[in-house]
Amino acid sequence: MFKNFRITCDEATTICDKSQYGASTLLEKVKLNIHFLGCKICSLYTKQNNLLTKIYKGHAKACKETKVCMTKEEKEILKKELEKIKK
Amino acid sequence: MVFISKMAQEQVVLNTDKWIDNYADYMYNYAVVRVNNSDLAKDLVQDTFFAGLKSAKNFQGKSTERTWLISILKRKIIDHYRKINSKKGQAEVRMNFYDDGENEGNWLEERVPQSWDNQSEKTIENQELKSQLESCIDALPEKYGLVFRMKTIQEFETEEICKELNITASNLWVIIHRARTQLRKCMEDNWFNI
Repeated sequence: MFKNFRITCDEATTICDKSQYGASTLLEKVKLNIHFLGCKICSLYTKQNNLLTKIYKGHAKACKETKVCMTKEEKEILKKELEKIKK
Repeated sequence: MVFISKMAQEQVVLNTDKWIDNYADYMYNYAVVRVNNSDLAKDLVQDTFFAGLKSAKNFQGKSTERTWLISILKRKIIDHYRKINSKKGQAEVRMNFYDDGENEGNWLEERVPQSWDNQSEKTIENQELKSQLESCIDALPEKYGLVFRMKTIQEFETEEICKELNITASNLWVIIHRARTQLRKCMEDNWFNI
């Protein structure tokens, strides 16, 4: 019966990554926690993963706040190019 | 039906003179976020305006001008994505797990996570951390970097990414998983445990 719950480290870390986005299912979480019982490496991976998620989120926030614009000159060039095509 | 669409066509006038002032920045932002390259984004925006101009007569006024232009831009981005997917995107990924034999799915010895020194002081947000993270993301194969950015940095919905990039959800999670294990290793080697 427990055979069905046994997963590899590759699968365990896939579930771990998925759950960082709140996308893992209950069954997956159960399998993951059973895996942790026998695997210190994946437990460490998960701990570090939580930390990395915080860093990524901080980065995401900073990125969203930056808006990029094309320069005036670039827009003028683009306008001229468009005019050429219209003719 | 023909009559109706003819009527619609006559009523819809695209204000092409104002396109650049009105939409260039919005479209540029849209593209830059997705391709993560400002020059390429500018090219895509330009291509989109050209394509829009050429097919302006097909515009039926069912959506706003901006939505219509964005839908063209989306196609351009997908085309670009397909191109890298068939060449560079396939670049060999350094795997973190054995992929066959009796150890299949186990950690490769040299890729096993190590504990990190001075964790708390290393996670304070600063410019150095940001640029190290950026260079680690850039070191990912282009396709992985793209999906990782869209999901993690731009926080798009899974379905939206799948639709735009024409991949399945399970495909997406495998890519995210590979990207994150690579990134973890890269940050370990270049940030946490130097």
